[in-house]
Amino acid sequence: MAETAPNAPLRSPLSHVADRLAAATRASGGAIRLAELPFLAQIDLRLDAKGPAAEAVGLALDLQLPLQPNTAVRAGESTALWLGPDEWLLVGPPGTERDLESRIREAAGDEPVSVTDVSAQRTTLLVTGPHARDLLAHGCSLDLHPRVFGPGRCAQTTLGRTQVVLAAREEPRAGFWVLVRSSFAGYLADWLLDAATEYV
Amino acid sequence: MLLIPCPWCGPRDEAEFHYGGQAHVPYPQDPASLSDQEWARYLFFRDNTKGPFAERWTHSAGCRRWFNAVRDTSTNEILTVYRTGEERPAPVEPRPALSARPALEDEAVQAEAGSGGAAPSGVEGAEPLQDGKGRGGGGETNPFRHPTRGRIDRDTPLTFTFDGTEYRGYRGDTLASALLANGVVQAGTSIKLGRPRGIFSAGVEEPNAVVQIEEPFPEPMLPATTVELYDGLVATSLPGQGRLATAPDAARYDAVHTHCDLLIVGAGPAGLAAAAAAANSGARVILADDQPEPGGSLLGTAEHLDWVREVTEQLDAAPEVRVLPRTTVFGYYDDNHLLAVERRTNHLGTDAPENVSRERVHRIRARRVVLATGAHERSLAFPDNDRPGVMLASSARTHVNRHGALPGRHAVVFTTNDSAYAAALDLTAAGLAVTAIVDTRPEPGEWAERARAAGIEVLPGHAVTGTEGEDRLTAVTVAPYGESAGQRQFAADLLLVSGGWNPVAHLFSQSGGKLRHDETLGSFVPDTTRQAVEVAGSASGALDPATVLAQGAAAGARAVAAEGYRPETPRLPQVPAQPRQTPPMHVYVVPGGTDDAPRFVDLQRDVTVDDLARATGAGLRSVEHTKRYTTAGTANDQGKTSGVLASGVVAELLGVDISELGTTTFRPPYTPVSFAALAGRDRGALSDPVRTTAIHEWHVAHGALFENVGQWKRPWYYPQDGEDMEAAVLRECAATRESVGFMDASTLGKIDVQGPDAGVFLDRLYTNMMSTLKVGMIRYGVMCRPDGMVFDDGTVIRVAQDRFLATTTTGNAAAVLDWMEEWLQTEWPELEVHCTSVTEQWATVALVGPKSREVLGSLAPQLAVANDDFPFMAWRETTVAGIEARVCRISFSGELAYEINVSPWQGLALWEAVYEAGAPYGITPYGTETMHVLRAEKGYPIIGQDTDGTVTPQDLGMSWVVSKKKPDFIGKRSYSRADTVRPDRKHLVGLLPEDPGTFLPEGTHLIADGVLPAPPVPMLGHVTSSYRSAALGRTFALALIKGGRDRIGELLYAPVGDQLVPVTVTGPVLYDPEGARRDG
Repeated sequence: MAETAPNAPLRSPLSHVADRLAAATRASGGAIRLAELPFLAQIDLRLDAKGPAAEAVGLALDLQLPLQPNTAVRAGESTALWLGPDEWLLVGPPGTERDLESRIREAAGDEPVSVTDVSAQRTTLLVTGPHARDLLAHGCSLDLHPRVFGPGRCAQTTLGRTQVVLAAREEPRAGFWVLVRSSFAGYLADWLLDAATEYV
Repeated sequence: MLLIPCPWCGPRDEAEFHYGGQAHVPYPQDPASLSDQEWARYLFFRDNTKGPFAERWTHSAGCRRWFNAVRDTSTNEILTVYRTGEERPAPVEPRPALSARPALEDEAVQAEAGSGGAAPSGVEGAEPLQDGKGRGGGGETNPFRHPTRGRIDRDTPLTFTFDGTEYRGYRGDTLASALLANGVVQAGTSIKLGRPRGIFSAGVEEPNAVVQIEEPFPEPMLPATTVELYDGLVATSLPGQGRLATAPDAARYDAVHTHCDLLIVGAGPAGLAAAAAAANSGARVILADDQPEPGGSLLGTAEHLDWVREVTEQLDAAPEVRVLPRTTVFGYYDDNHLLAVERRTNHLGTDAPENVSRERVHRIRARRVVLATGAHERSLAFPDNDRPGVMLASSARTHVNRHGALPGRHAVVFTTNDSAYAAALDLTAAGLAVTAIVDTRPEPGEWAERARAAGIEVLPGHAVTGTEGEDRLTAVTVAPYGESAGQRQFAADLLLVSGGWNPVAHLFSQSGGKLRHDETLGSFVPDTTRQAVEVAGSASGALDPATVLAQGAAAGARAVAAEGYRPETPRLPQVPAQPRQTPPMHVYVVPGGTDDAPRFVDLQRDVTVDDLARATGAGLRSVEHTKRYTTAGTANDQGKTSGVLASGVVAELLGVDISELGTTTFRPPYTPVSFAALAGRDRGALSDPVRTTAIHEWHVAHGALFENVGQWKRPWYYPQDGEDMEAAVLRECAATRESVGFMDASTLGKIDVQGPDAGVFLDRLYTNMMSTLKVGMIRYGVMCRPDGMVFDDGTVIRVAQDRFLATTTTGNAAAVLDWMEEWLQTEWPELEVHCTSVTEQWATVALVGPKSREVLGSLAPQLAVANDDFPFMAWRETTVAGIEARVCRISFSGELAYEINVSPWQGLALWEAVYEAGAPYGITPYGTETMHVLRAEKGYPIIGQDTDGTVTPQDLGMSWVVSKKKPDFIGKRSYSRADTVRPDRKHLVGLLPEDPGTFLPEGTHLIADGVLPAPPVPMLGHVTSSYRSAALGRTFALALIKGGRDRIGELLYAPVGDQLVPVTVTGPVLYDPEGARRDG
């Protein structure tokens, strides 16, 4: 839907807190960086990991779907996050959701796959900086130590009092993606800003 | 917090999971063939096993997979987990209970370390005081300050106020030590008897000196022995009870999740040795200690402080080691989950930075734990043992060595064991006059010889039989043990007491560990545990320094080795050879003395030996019962100095051995924790998540008041120009029925159901048929539980042959998705269908009213909006206001209505466009209250308001939604149960009060007679919804009434206050019963 509707500019769930996120980032002097990555293409993909569709879809996307629980695979501009034994979240650049969906459906052919555009279901918060782990540890019960939750790891868990998909970016300095349901995004942004008070 | 191993995601906190009841209870193959009894057994009966129990769980906050777990219901231990569809594995043995203190040979080697017969090192270098005036560093303002001893910063004097008097102290003082240095020993009065009480200890065990902090943060009931002094501190003594602050606490509090391979609790000699062994292994180690600096008991004895510094530096340099000072581990829970509170800025007073949390709760998940929590000295129950100036012997030594504070000048020591001798000798070296050591043991041995050599009179086989003094101790009376003759009296302002030592076994006990009575020690020590924890040092009952150090080092090494790391052999300090030990004597009630003088057991609760005697005299035989009868051990010190003493006294009174009696149960928290710290940042606006729609800002800007629906904030109504709720809702209803209104319906749950078997799947879940729905059309559906009761309702639209979009009620969205997954994963894994939440993928605007077609038509020029082109219960894809949209022709009001669904990124743009296009028709935004009135006028139930889990679709008058054709669906079998076909079931009906202005509150009961009979009053039902209707020009209600459909036209009565309001029963549809308005 992003491509059409020229007369209605897109508004992301956290557009109203962008200023506060930027101010906290500036005030922290590099310790923490908080920003919304709005409008990323997100596709929920369900298929039999052992069936022929898995390979076909992988080829079509040039992206091997991760089979190890709680890991993510990145290829080019797309990332596949493991959500379940037959479920992945594909994340791509803004506006590519339709292209992703049609490529998957085409590749799968008659094999049963479920493809659902969930681009607006969640928005993405970028949490980076030397204190990113400390900040998340205020509300996330997972062990985020680099030995345990290093680059390429992802998890569905809770942060503060809301559910999130957490992904450690591949480059060690790239920090974390926190994907949160859009309706909870305002709460989570407030929570992160409050938790960041000590670092700014 | 249990750690549950998800078969997919691995161990996660219990909070991420939902329980799903007993496993392996399959849905019957052919419910129709079952008798009522067999069906009821499936519905309502489950096993309730003690021990291993197979049950279903779902990782609801994670991968959303259902799985099975075998849990021991008596210990909560998860024995195994396995995936749905897998066979239950062979029985798994629970974790064995292992000794908390494995006796291994490598510890014995170092226990012999040291040589020579040097005196305790604290003696060295001490300057004896000249007289009773005091002198030196403290100057005249600190008459009881030792000139050289103490770890206080004499360059940083601090001013504080206690009970209105201003005093001076130093950084490094506690409030208690600063008071002692100023010659103040009395720090309060007792709770019941009002007796003066003095500082009794030097740590968290303090029962007496519990004070109220007034400034800068008001806080009640803090032991003065744990309050670090800061400039400007204002405190007052308490009569045993504090008071809460009346002003809100402006400080920040927070929490952090912390993980480690090894958590060491306590940075005394054992804890430091454990940390030193583990420090450079690469393991992640946390050393938590409640004091500002490491050292523990060594700070109090001033021994081996070079080694303490050396280890501290080593720990600071180790990258994976964290030392948490001022951190009390207060709770030990399942799977090595421990809670600790770190006091981060309290000690800074007004200098505390505003952006740093004052206290922080650490939620620690440790692979291994070493408890090096030390021991508390025990008191003795002798006559008048509560006067200010009576103090635990080791605590007095601590005050002198840590703070340079002298608790008195002329001391008598009363002991049952060797440990008080070291204190007496050290205090003598510090310049106190120790007049006599009163030892209950007839032959005190080598330590006594040493004391005599230092010029102290030792009275073996003696006991203290009384004390004198009002605000402060003046004299101590002594007599041969157990006798009243042969009394002597000593002038003294300090009586140092040692009744032995109690290992601090609180955390160990909380972990599920068992204690055993140690005959030598005369106390209870850790025995066995099922968690990965070891106890080291005096917490395990070891009191001699070399053993304590060796145990610590060995425990630390074993812990990291068990996690696959290579420990080091740390350098431990040389411990001078100790005099040969003489076993302690186990004394609780000290015999002799006058009977009328109270012998206190629990100082904080004013509980005496006589009180306990009354309890046993009343027939109580357990310490748990005497505790509750007398309140001994229930104060905020939780009986740290009195618990074992109370057990000993009760054992004596009952004539049993203390080992049979045991202790009371140790429960978290170890020390009091403020509610603010526990709440952390989960308070105020962050106490619960607030969910908002993409249009929320507009609602706020237009003055909406909000209703909480689950966690959603939904506009409730939009008052204008001082309207009250009634006026606003009547206006919104009238505008919508007469012209056009619109509301934000984005909060409705939306689930994408995709796959070749989607139709079959929905047929099984909904009571009505979904597979026959044509692509492009919409059907209303009801979902029930297997017991036939309504669970949720909503519309289902068929997007494509193998794809549906189901909507749910706002509050039930997550529950419905979980419900779908549960059936799919556990009962129907063969179905090729997947469910995905898309609630926030869409913003939804409901456009309602006779003019809604005009408004939609103006915004969607490509859409044929005529009734024939776009019929009721159809949906179309088009653009609305230039925005891609899916428009559904459904109605929850009986009016012509549309729901326009767009991307939430453009939801606000759509809303504003609708508002603008509707302006010529006076389009009116309305909220949930108007929605409720409009639907109630049409008799549409709201699940959860008009239903309560005991209502079938038939009860709602919706038999039409229950398919007769389908062979089975969830709930079907229950509709032929005897209970669901009773004629007197409660039916949903309408109620019209006789007086059209009378409003029935929701929940009002209904009775048959116009005169209230004597209780019990036969109740026919209750009001579920009640409103004022603009369209009807009167009040009306919906109600669940026994046999209600057979009572239509009857007059019933509703007790409202002291009135009986007559009401007429009607059908539930009160407005436009012929449905003429639906098509506009």
